Amino acid sequence: MTAQALEQRELASVIGLEVHVQLETATKIFCGCSTAAAEDEEPNTRTCPVCLGLPGALPVLNEGAVEAAVKIGKALNADIPEETTFHRKNYYYPDLPKNFQITQYDAPICQDGQLEVDIRDERRIINVRRAHLEEDPGSLQHKGGSIDTADYTLVNYNRAGTPLMEIVTEPDFRSPKEVRNFLAKLEEVLEYLGVFDSTRDGSLRVDANISMVPADDVADDGSISKETLDAANRTEVKNISSHKGAEKALAYEVTRQKNAIQRGRVIEQETRHWDESRGITVSMRSKEEEKDYRYFLEADLPPLQVSDWKQQIPIPELPDARRERFREEYGLDEESASKLTSTKEVADFYEDVAESFDPDLAATWVADNLLGELNYRDMEITDVSDRLDEFKHLVELVATDDITTKNAEEIVLRQMLDDGVDPDTVIEQEGLGKADDDEIVDFVEEAIEENPDAVEDYHSGESGALNFLVGQVMQKSRGSADPGTANQLLRERLDD
Amino acid sequence: MSDLNAFITEETIDGESDGPLSGKSVAVKDNISTKGLRTTCGSAMLEDYVPPYDATVVERLKDAGGSIAGKANMDEFGMGTTTETSAYGPTKNPVDESRVPGGSSGGSAAAVAAGEADLALGSDTGGSIRCPAAFCGVVGIKPTYGLVSRYGLVAYANSLEQIGPIAPTVEEAAELLDVVAGPDAHDGTTRDEGADSDYAGAADGDVDGLTIGVPTELVDGADEGVVDAFWDAISELEAQGATYEEVSLPSVDHAVQAYYVIAMSEASSNLARFDGVRYGKSGGYEGNWNESFASAREEGFGAEVKRRVLLGTYALSAGYHDKYYAKAQDARAWIKQDFDEAFADVDVLASPTMPVPPFELGESLDDPLQMYLADANTVPVNLANLPAISVPAGETEGLPVGLQLIGPKFGEEQIIRAASAVEQ
Repeated sequence: MTAQALEQRELASVIGLEVHVQLETATKIFCGCSTAAAEDEEPNTRTCPVCLGLPGALPVLNEGAVEAAVKIGKALNADIPEETTFHRKNYYYPDLPKNFQITQYDAPICQDGQLEVDIRDERRIINVRRAHLEEDPGSLQHKGGSIDTADYTLVNYNRAGTPLMEIVTEPDFRSPKEVRNFLAKLEEVLEYLGVFDSTRDGSLRVDANISMVPADDVADDGSISKETLDAANRTEVKNISSHKGAEKALAYEVTRQKNAIQRGRVIEQETRHWDESRGITVSMRSKEEEKDYRYFLEADLPPLQVSDWKQQIPIPELPDARRERFREEYGLDEESASKLTSTKEVADFYEDVAESFDPDLAATWVADNLLGELNYRDMEITDVSDRLDEFKHLVELVATDDITTKNAEEIVLRQMLDDGVDPDTVIEQEGLGKADDDEIVDFVEEAIEENPDAVEDYHSGESGALNFLVGQVMQKSRGSADPGTANQLLRERLDD
Repeated sequence: MSDLNAFITEETIDGESDGPLSGKSVAVKDNISTKGLRTTCGSAMLEDYVPPYDATVVERLKDAGGSIAGKANMDEFGMGTTTETSAYGPTKNPVDESRVPGGSSGGSAAAVAAGEADLALGSDTGGSIRCPAAFCGVVGIKPTYGLVSRYGLVAYANSLEQIGPIAPTVEEAAELLDVVAGPDAHDGTTRDEGADSDYAGAADGDVDGLTIGVPTELVDGADEGVVDAFWDAISELEAQGATYEEVSLPSVDHAVQAYYVIAMSEASSNLARFDGVRYGKSGGYEGNWNESFASAREEGFGAEVKRRVLLGTYALSAGYHDKYYAKAQDARAWIKQDFDEAFADVDVLASPTMPVPPFELGESLDDPLQMYLADANTVPVNLANLPAISVPAGETEGLPVGLQLIGPKFGEEQIIRAASAVEQ
């Protein structure tokens, strides 16, 4: 396929990903240093001889990282081999303490997996070629300029040795939007597994390979022949750090490549850097040659037998399965079921409340009221993790008629979130305890005495009169009366 | 001390007051990390490198009451058979100061032979304990891969090497091995073996009924005087009740080639971290950081290290990997299999440790190939991950000859028992 011919044709984009995720383990992958960055920590303090790559230090595999990898493999329905091995990837870079990276090569811990993703109304399967464990390098700070122009560069090894899982997909994506949905779904699954924290800085890093092929070379089922793929020059876009960023970077790159091809230019096979602040991809200055990493077996880490691990390590119910179960078990509609399974913590909380009270009431309270008010305040459920008991108590007060729904929603829940107080305190301060029947009887008497015109209207059959009187009773009770009870007591008194 | 140049850094560090090594001084090869005491690996690159931690073996020998006599001279990063590639000058053989002490643990063996230390720790990647032990007329043990922790041993070829003892007698070498052997949480390749060892107790000289295999490939072609001394030692063992039979290990003809491809390949990766950023002379170079790394390595490494790093990089490169590195691994598997088959019939294997007596100083420096070929009898043992001991077995023209006894995996007791009989 030459550029001349291509420029006349409609183009389709083909995208494959290499996704690096930091695994949530207590310690680094080959040593006992913490993976958690302390606030304002000094550079090169969260280190030891192993993650600094000091002469003579040896890696010892953190089994927690392997467990996390096995969980990911199970969630992706991937093959986990009998035995997995580690290799050295040799290249010189100042953020790499040993000038080689310990990674996996021909026996990765996961192979041939897949993830189902909803793209518009369609369910698509994205194939995962492999997923392997490796160590994160340190980080560089360029002083007085960018990587090319800096006066000098500082190296911080605090991050070095953080466990990474590199997840490599087949080139199964046909649009930037699909990539974004996949990454969001992947994050959701990883968080369900408890192996990933999306709020951690740099926890997700994406490299994307993207090329353009003639649209009519794409089969109806989305497949593309190897010849077509091989004929297309692709670029690799690096430095993507979020699913939103991935969509933007790739949308830019699609436009750039299409424009170039339509002008009759050949896409150069190169690595490009996503500059988030400028919203563009830029060519890395030096054209990268075909790299030779001289992989060979890391003898310091004996081969690891993992076939038993797959059986022994359980994984929790995943979002898709849980969503289905919520619809069946609790009779929820699609939208509520989706909202309530969006994170494991929300789903766990919902089930806790639904089992104690009424599933419908629980759904309204968790999906609509709680998540709605949190969202309004730009908060996540994780921001109130330690207060879930208080929210459950609020639902209980509504369920047992100790407080009206209206007061619970409009006053108690909002003050709980705004002022950080518990529901009983709000109810006491605001005098919101539901009025008992004797109190309501008194308010009924007062309302009848003070509004003889309305009483007359009621008797003459005017339908609005009763609602007016109910309103009066509610006002007198400052909302603490149950409207139904007020209605009933008023009618009993008036019809006497 | 004398002018043997056995030590790169002479400094005494006391151990615990009590223990099996109480009162013993130990020369520690300068590629074994000592906290607060510079560890140069015989290289200018690490002239100022002071480790912030002790190697596991150093901790163990201090806990056992041993004191450190200093850091022993060695071929740069262990790459040599003579201790002449050290950036700190060659060590002389105390038996004949015009000769090399062998290498790469030449400082360790010379210190013990000259009485400058009671004991020594060396490391053995392809013979680096056994060769200098043989050349200096002392005992050296290369343990089974995984018996002794390598944590703190600056790697040359990490799939091949082990730390081991050098001592005047088999029993003393075994005592030091008892102290350093056994599993270590810092080294994932160590095994449970050696946890409660009594290797010293095995040095009882009882070889009655022992079957010794002599691989003809490791005797043919050796220096005549060395061969004579070797057979005298075998006859002596026969006299004590052992029997011998000739065995064949056809794969060992490929051992030297396979060894050097694997060792150099691993070295090219292990030594990559020495780039001038944290070690060696840094800064002031022209160009980008790749050019700066190259300048720092050009300046910090000696000729033999550069030769091995370049050849190892070549052997691992795309297009050559299958031709060299992969083939060497195949040969390694074959050699392991040959040894396994031999040990089905015999208890230990015996050969001359070195096919030649000690070289004269300067003799082999200009001919690396001759130096590499001198490792023919020692490298197969590393490729097969087996234990071996070199014990003095007579002389040729006034120079020491070493007898090598090779055991099956974790068969340290067998080779120690047999070697103790050679001493008697």
